[in-house]
Amino acid sequence: MPDALTLSDLHVYHGDICAVRGLDMSCAEGAVTALLGRNGAGKTTTLSAIAGLLGTRQGHVELFGKALGGRKPEAICKLGVGLVPQGRRIFPSLTVQEHLAIAFRRPRHAAERVYDVAAMETLFPRLKERRRQLAGSMSGGEQQMLAIARALVTNPRVLLLDEPAEGLAQQIVAEVAEAISELKRAGLSILLVEHNLPLALRLADTCVILSSGEVVWRGAPHILANDSDLMAQHLGVH
Amino acid sequence: MSARVLPYAVVLAAMAMVPLVSTSPFYVNLVSQIAIAAIGALGLNVLVGHAGLNSLGFAVFPGLAAYLVAWLSTVGGIDPVTAGIFALAGTLAVSALFALVALRTTGLGFVMITMALCQIVWGAAYRWTSVTGGDNGLSGVPRPGASLLPLERPEVFLWLCLAVLALALVQLGHFFESPLGVALRGARDQPRRMNAVGYDVWRIRFAAWMLAAAWGAAAGLLYAWYHQFVSPHMMAVTASAEVLLMLVAGGAGTLAGPLIGAALVVLLKNLASIWIERWVMLLGFTFVVIVVLMPDGIVPGFTRLRGWLRRLKPAPAPTLVPRERADG
Repeated sequence: MPDALTLSDLHVYHGDICAVRGLDMSCAEGAVTALLGRNGAGKTTTLSAIAGLLGTRQGHVELFGKALGGRKPEAICKLGVGLVPQGRRIFPSLTVQEHLAIAFRRPRHAAERVYDVAAMETLFPRLKERRRQLAGSMSGGEQQMLAIARALVTNPRVLLLDEPAEGLAQQIVAEVAEAISELKRAGLSILLVEHNLPLALRLADTCVILSSGEVVWRGAPHILANDSDLMAQHLGVH
Repeated sequence: MSARVLPYAVVLAAMAMVPLVSTSPFYVNLVSQIAIAAIGALGLNVLVGHAGLNSLGFAVFPGLAAYLVAWLSTVGGIDPVTAGIFALAGTLAVSALFALVALRTTGLGFVMITMALCQIVWGAAYRWTSVTGGDNGLSGVPRPGASLLPLERPEVFLWLCLAVLALALVQLGHFFESPLGVALRGARDQPRRMNAVGYDVWRIRFAAWMLAAAWGAAAGLLYAWYHQFVSPHMMAVTASAEVLLMLVAGGAGTLAGPLIGAALVVLLKNLASIWIERWVMLLGFTFVVIVVLMPDGIVPGFTRLRGWLRRLKPAPAPTLVPRERADG
């Protein structure tokens, strides 16, 4: 399968501090790649760099072979990268409807699927109920669904998900996980950052573990699930 | 006519009928002043209420337009309508240049830079006496007049101001609900997220800046024609602050807020000064009361008050069901 996203020798800095050092990884098309690691390993930094929110000092990011380096976030979005940021960051004073209306963008490539408002209301029926509600007054789970929907209606070729289950009740985590599985079945390429390890292992096709900005392990989720030493060493799971 | 438009239509119609009730030009002119101030406040509301960009230099837009139309129609000898068109175009051109500087910043930086830009123009108007007349300003600005529309008559001028105000309300009402208007609020809430969903935030803010400049310039033209005189004082920091006060009092981000704030400030200024010598103290006191009781302004304050009153209403008494029927 061709690679949807390729990172090669990626270096990202926060000021003078190097947060990602020489990251090499790729995400296969139509698969879920989980990026794992402890706090401060450089996971969110990597996603921000792909989306163009952080500059890279060295290395390349390619989306289906097209270099993204040096482009503005809005240009990267138009090329097909959708980011669901950590902490959701919805627009508190806009309604659900308004979120989806301003974010909607027709796919650039003749894709078999188009994520529009109707598709989002099928994926997340709660959003249909909340159509006219201000996003700031919704629950955390609903905001997370809206954040995912907002990224999806830009019709991305790769979806970057940063901690979609963070701080959500079990019931809502299950709903969000079901939606992600649904997207995977539809063939969307996903790069997932998630602290909830069982969830990440269940959704992922490939796992990549980061530590101090470097890749320390990569492989299939069932191998990681059976390697308690590896999990204890890099993920703090005992 | 939809329920949302009706209150505005009623208020504007009532304002338009003031000349029929009062024979005194004082009250007619007062309503004209309210309309002109409201047009300016509506312009500033685009920046403060919707873009989240707090400007302390809004007076530069009406100031530029007023000075341009005054200079062109007195020294330049151009007819007032043509001068007005050139003044609008000129103001927009200068505003676009100012945007390049001002929109590099947000927050406190934006407050300071807008104030500085306004001070530059104020300084030019104050010191460049050979062109601007300095502190004396430019007087004898002619109102446009046609046989059909005798604008020298106070009531006809009032109707012109109200027509422009109605246009502003309709245009901005549509704008705030348009995709660009929604995107503007999105950029205020989470600018980086607007980037990430594919928007160039600078361009959205530029559109807002130019829209604010356009309505500011419209207010400036009417101001110059109303007073038939312009002076540097209309661009002083206090003038910009006054428009901001109208917004804070009425409710930034609402459509009716600027109108109510403008009415409040103009009425306090003109009516209170008749009875009370230190009317500025009264203005200050009024603002303290508003900010304490309704921190978001009068319009959001009353909306909240209505919500409370609705909840205070006793719940409808439970309907009594005869026992034998309830039991089956």
